[in-house]
Amino acid sequence: MKTTQGAHLFTTGAGRDRFIQRTAIFVMIAGLLIAVLAPLMSLFSRAFTDRGGQYIGLGNFAKYFTTSASMQSFQNTMFISVASSVISVALALGFAFTLTRTAVRGKRFFKSVALLPLFAPTMMHGIGLTYLFGHQGIITTGFFGALPWEWKIDLYGPVGIILSEVIYTFPQAYLILLVALSFADYNLYEAAETMGAGKLRKFLTVTVPNIKYGLISSLFVCFTLSFTDFGAPKVVGGQYNVLATDIYKQVIGQQNMGMGATVGIILIIPAILAFIVDRILEGKMNSAITAKSAPYRTGRNRLRDTLLFTYCLIISGAILVLTATVFAAAFIKTWPYNLTFTLDHFDFSKVAGEGMKPFWTSLKVAAWTAVIGTAGTFMGAYLIEKTRHFRLLRQAGYFLSILPLALPGMVIGLGYIFFFNNRDNPLHAIYGTIWILVLANMAHFYSVSFITATTALKKLDREFEMASESMGVPFYKTFARITVPICLPAILEMTMYYFINSMVTVSAVMFLYAADLKLASVSIVNMDDAGDVAPAAAMSMLIVITNIGVRMIYELATRGVRKKSAAWQNREG
Amino acid sequence: MKKWTGLLATMLMLVSFLAACGQGTKSEGANQLKDQSAGAGKEAAVSGSKEITVYTALEDDQIESYLESYKSTYPDVKVNVVRDSTGVITAKLLAEKDNPVADVVWGTAATSLLVLDQNGMLEPYSPAGVEKVTPEFKDSQNPTHWVGIDAWETAFAVNTVELKKKGLAIPQSYADLIKPEYKGLIVMPNPASSGTGFLTVSGLQQLLGEEEAWKYMDKLNENIATYTHSGSKPAKLAGTGEYPIGISFGYRSIQEKKKGAPVEVVFPKEGSGWDVEANALIKKADIKPEAKQFLDWAISAEPMKKYNENYAIISIKDDAAGIPEGYSKDPVSQLIKNDLNQTAKNRDATLAEWTKRYDSKSEPKQ
Repeated sequence: MKTTQGAHLFTTGAGRDRFIQRTAIFVMIAGLLIAVLAPLMSLFSRAFTDRGGQYIGLGNFAKYFTTSASMQSFQNTMFISVASSVISVALALGFAFTLTRTAVRGKRFFKSVALLPLFAPTMMHGIGLTYLFGHQGIITTGFFGALPWEWKIDLYGPVGIILSEVIYTFPQAYLILLVALSFADYNLYEAAETMGAGKLRKFLTVTVPNIKYGLISSLFVCFTLSFTDFGAPKVVGGQYNVLATDIYKQVIGQQNMGMGATVGIILIIPAILAFIVDRILEGKMNSAITAKSAPYRTGRNRLRDTLLFTYCLIISGAILVLTATVFAAAFIKTWPYNLTFTLDHFDFSKVAGEGMKPFWTSLKVAAWTAVIGTAGTFMGAYLIEKTRHFRLLRQAGYFLSILPLALPGMVIGLGYIFFFNNRDNPLHAIYGTIWILVLANMAHFYSVSFITATTALKKLDREFEMASESMGVPFYKTFARITVPICLPAILEMTMYYFINSMVTVSAVMFLYAADLKLASVSIVNMDDAGDVAPAAAMSMLIVITNIGVRMIYELATRGVRKKSAAWQNREG
Repeated sequence: MKKWTGLLATMLMLVSFLAACGQGTKSEGANQLKDQSAGAGKEAAVSGSKEITVYTALEDDQIESYLESYKSTYPDVKVNVVRDSTGVITAKLLAEKDNPVADVVWGTAATSLLVLDQNGMLEPYSPAGVEKVTPEFKDSQNPTHWVGIDAWETAFAVNTVELKKKGLAIPQSYADLIKPEYKGLIVMPNPASSGTGFLTVSGLQQLLGEEEAWKYMDKLNENIATYTHSGSKPAKLAGTGEYPIGISFGYRSIQEKKKGAPVEVVFPKEGSGWDVEANALIKKADIKPEAKQFLDWAISAEPMKKYNENYAIISIKDDAAGIPEGYSKDPVSQLIKNDLNQTAKNRDATLAEWTKRYDSKSEPKQ
């Protein structure tokens, strides 16, 4: 019976397709289980054990919530996250509004500058702030006493953290709001106008309700990012403890894995909430625009445009000044006493950077993550979106694919230690190699790429698959000849996303790198810990420049591809 | 039924595929490791196990120059150096107690090695030439459980430019540090992570007695702006003037001055707390001959000369060797009386108390 079944499977094309697709679905699910769910489960189980690995129930949680210092960290984290997300979203709203609803000049410039913070590790924002607002900062000292005024702010602590998080989350909020604002029904504005509504009233009654989902979503995203960020509090937090730095102290400082896992779980909670809200909103957002909607028309308004232009100029200026300061600090001999030019700080051999090796390792990890991650994610999205087998399994796959959205990097890193650093695990061999770093990065950044891929695939009519199937063309030929070429812009976008994020991330990989595989971003943390701030600035600069460089190559190389596929996708329009 | 056999077959395929994947990554991973050992070249790959893992808390800017003579003597041994602050290295070693990764500990606080020894984690081994080591700087048992290479001590790095701007005198003693005018100007390493922080705290305990020491530190805490992860950072922060007074250690403070930062190195009048940077062999199933060889090398003449370039006090007295620039004429007299064994025994309790009192210092700004 088995043989006939086997023969049947392979003799007809449809049978073969089905067999390959089903196997692939299993492989994908297995991959997601290994890379996402199993480590998460290990983390959960470890949160209930003590240092020696003995089961102690809720002991760790009880200990955590009864220690006043930990409760303080929790409150601190809540405070900085709420403050950062509100400020960041408010600033981003103004910025995105200007770029979508006004006729200001230099939109392209503003758009690029707003994304700049995405190319830098969060430690860099902190480092930049210390050079600007620290006790010896340019602004604090009034350009080293050259200016008649001084401006002192109490940087180290909540102020510094909030400033860094605002810079870090600004591009994220801006991107979400840009999309939200670009859909609008002009009919509503006309109606409001006929009814005699003023400008402010129009903004409050038409614009704001129209983008409310975008607003909520961006608030949650910014909140989660600030809540889980490690880099900025590490650099400018001073003695102001937050959850992320607590985990670092528990795990790296005291090697207390159980307690680290406990704090990790506390760290997931807001992220899970944000995730749920985001999922609910996702469904609602689609229905805002109907076929009868009219596109927004930008009216003329000199005063508005001048004001908002100035506003965008200030924001862009702030981002550029911060980046420029870090770049300058990397070349200055002894800040602030000897401001002569030097390249010494790029010699990482005498500091925790250990030469250029961490940089090369980072490049290698980022490249592998980009290549393997993109291939894996796209195929995963394809299997879930385009095949018709095992509906339940595919749904489980979908859930597992977007689950990492709710997992902070530190949680992934800790989960990976528990799951992979276990001699009974057959995959133990990847522990301590470059591959665990690649896998952790893939898991960490999987969801966003997955959503990009799914969105692109959704635009493709199912007719393609059906037509090829009825003509007896194997599905993989359709995949290679039609699906991939059409989705190429999305695929390249995913590759970029994986690469850039792998270059800047520190939270997951911090727990996983082996002695001879230190990453550039981790070396920044180590150098800052040792007080070598200038070399840390230099390394940050290398990362930013690499990312911008790669992005520019991508832009140039894909201009043709994007034009072609855009033309194809819009051929009817 | 048919459907299920199909499913079963698929599952089987899947499992074997996964297994193959596992194999694949395994060998790839191994290759990767070998790639990384490119320094030692092909020999290492051929002869296989000539590789040791060394845990150390030595300074980043020292390790490379120290290792030069080792690399030229043993070019075929690949040394994986894991460096971190004393507290982190100690915690790491303790965490790996049942499954040690390190073969050798090098240049790490004796008080930490004593903690490991109290946990039965050290393999007694007397390296060649151990008889030349000054008795205070090595274990009294034979064979020795740990052997020191040098001693380091508390020093303040004080930024003269910034203090002048504020019209403040340079603090010369621990007593000076708690004066109200220095409020918010002092940075100190966290003893839980930093060896320098720990020897400073234990030094105070031995100078003042336990109770008085906590009282003193309560007052000092009032003046401290922030506690840092490493013992070097306070000196570097003093160097840039970010915080003008850094409680650090001799080598790093002198180094900052040499680099051109306007700092003065102050050894506190009351005397400095100190510790020994020491080496030990880790007890494990397969103790590699290279590990012992490394320990022999680590107290031989070449590296000793290098240690002496950075530290005034080394564990093998050599009358020809001078005192490195920046230290006082008689560095040994600066050291307080210090019972390393007792300090090691109290280490956990001291750190727990310290963390409870000062770790979340900035919390209530109400």
